[in-house]
Amino acid sequence: MIRVLADAWLIARKDLRVESRSRELAATTLFFAVACVLVFSFAFVQEGRAVENAAAGILWITIAFSGTLALGRTFERERQGETLRALLLAPVERASVYLGKLAGLLLLLGAIEIVLLPMVALLFDAPISRAPWLLAALLAFGTLGFAAVGTLFAAMLVRAQSRDVLLPVVLYPITVPVIIGGVQGTAAIFGTEPNLPVAEAWLSMLIFFDAVFVTLALWTFAPVMTD
Amino acid sequence: MIRALRSHARAALVAILLSVGVGTAVPVMAQQTLPSTTAAQDGFVPVSPEDMGQEHLPATPLVFAAYATVWVALLLYVLTLWRRLGRVERELADVSAKLEARRR
Amino acid sequence: MRLTDRLVPLLLLIAAVMFAAAPYVIDTAPYESTMGLVQRIFYFHFPSAMTMMLTAIVCGIASALYLARRKPIDDRVAVAAAELAVVFGVIVLITGPLWARKAWGVWWVWDARITSTFVMWMVFNAYLLLRRFGGPGSEVLSAAVGFFGMMLVPFVYWSVNFWRTLHPKTSVVPTLPVDMGIPLYFCWAAFTILYVALLIVRVRLEASRSALEEAYLALED
Repeated sequence: MIRVLADAWLIARKDLRVESRSRELAATTLFFAVACVLVFSFAFVQEGRAVENAAAGILWITIAFSGTLALGRTFERERQGETLRALLLAPVERASVYLGKLAGLLLLLGAIEIVLLPMVALLFDAPISRAPWLLAALLAFGTLGFAAVGTLFAAMLVRAQSRDVLLPVVLYPITVPVIIGGVQGTAAIFGTEPNLPVAEAWLSMLIFFDAVFVTLALWTFAPVMTD
Repeated sequence: MIRALRSHARAALVAILLSVGVGTAVPVMAQQTLPSTTAAQDGFVPVSPEDMGQEHLPATPLVFAAYATVWVALLLYVLTLWRRLGRVERELADVSAKLEARRR
Repeated sequence: MRLTDRLVPLLLLIAAVMFAAAPYVIDTAPYESTMGLVQRIFYFHFPSAMTMMLTAIVCGIASALYLARRKPIDDRVAVAAAELAVVFGVIVLITGPLWARKAWGVWWVWDARITSTFVMWMVFNAYLLLRRFGGPGSEVLSAAVGFFGMMLVPFVYWSVNFWRTLHPKTSVVPTLPVDMGIPLYFCWAAFTILYVALLIVRVRLEASRSALEEAYLALED
């Protein structure tokens, strides 16, 4: 188990090193996220004020869209460099490859969310200081759920045709519970009458989802990638 | 042995996460107040036709549309299935005949 | 194949007879107090929904088996079940709003169960799209989608009791009075029998397609 985690960290560090040299993913995904928020705000701001609960929805949709782009791009990079085969041939457990890519993606999305959250709070007057730990937990576990499923499918689709459009087609329905949990939990915190127990309940659902789907992804990654 | 340990560790992790999740969810769900029920949420209550009052939106066309949808959808599917199956089996017969001819 | 050759027409016949008799059986049930005539849709809507759930699970299990042991029959059952999930999903998603229009006043409500059914339907659409456009090797990919789709079902079924909702709760069917229960179970049986027949036929279609591909390959040699 330690070996798996250590190898996963190696792979994640490799991704981080590649990323730190070009900063391509971070810059483009961050800019996309900001652009997303901007576009959505045109839809959801009326008479100068945001529609109620818009902040939660916009936040999570932006995370979903940015995450999808980042996923596609990460594995596209592997494909272009033909490093995916190298990864799979390397003397590491398949689980390490999965966990490594997952960790890299989580770090990237985490960095984006750190910028995104204050921005959404500012633009939509959302009270992020109301229950900061709960909010952070919701974001963390929600992003984990999304990334866990996303990493699996993005890896699977690397060699498929029409992979650019098939990734969202496949990913969004399956990660709907994450989006629901995330949005509802966040909205429960941001709402005019905050309902923290409800937010906590959604958090526990997200944790449950994560436990189930990370396990499933780990089980499925090896059989799917042996080709 | 390592593999067994790994799967045990994984199983333990899942179990812990699950129990945390359930442990948090159960008391919260118990506390939650349910919305006031509308339109027969908890159970259907039967009534005889004489007791029914006036209806503002005629239900009959909706009911017909629903039943028609079911019939049409199922029939269409069965038809397309039949056609696809027929086509494939015909092709299969053709190709098998060619193979047979070649073998002779 | 011999057994299915005889079984399928029999099942189809039984199902056809039951469907034809259904309106009469349903007529014996009393009207519901708040919803009246439109509640009749329930007798087709609920079995379709249950059949869709059943086929989602069948697809999931077949997908999991295919991932584990790569037997062609598993893949064929998975494809068949996914297609049937889309078909029965269409039925549920159309009969539902027709009922809702009268019972709740709107065509669509974003409550948990409706939304979840819609999501499940999209998962199986994704499965079929992946099969169709994913190129070679998409059997394994779609098996992963099918498997994950099945694991989504518990979240779907459980969420209705947790999120505020207008949808009749899961407690409705077990507490149904007998004279409503009989038509319901009758229709449910009809749907299930039809489903089994369609599944077998669809699996046979896949098997024939594979045989055809092999025959073409043999021809080229």
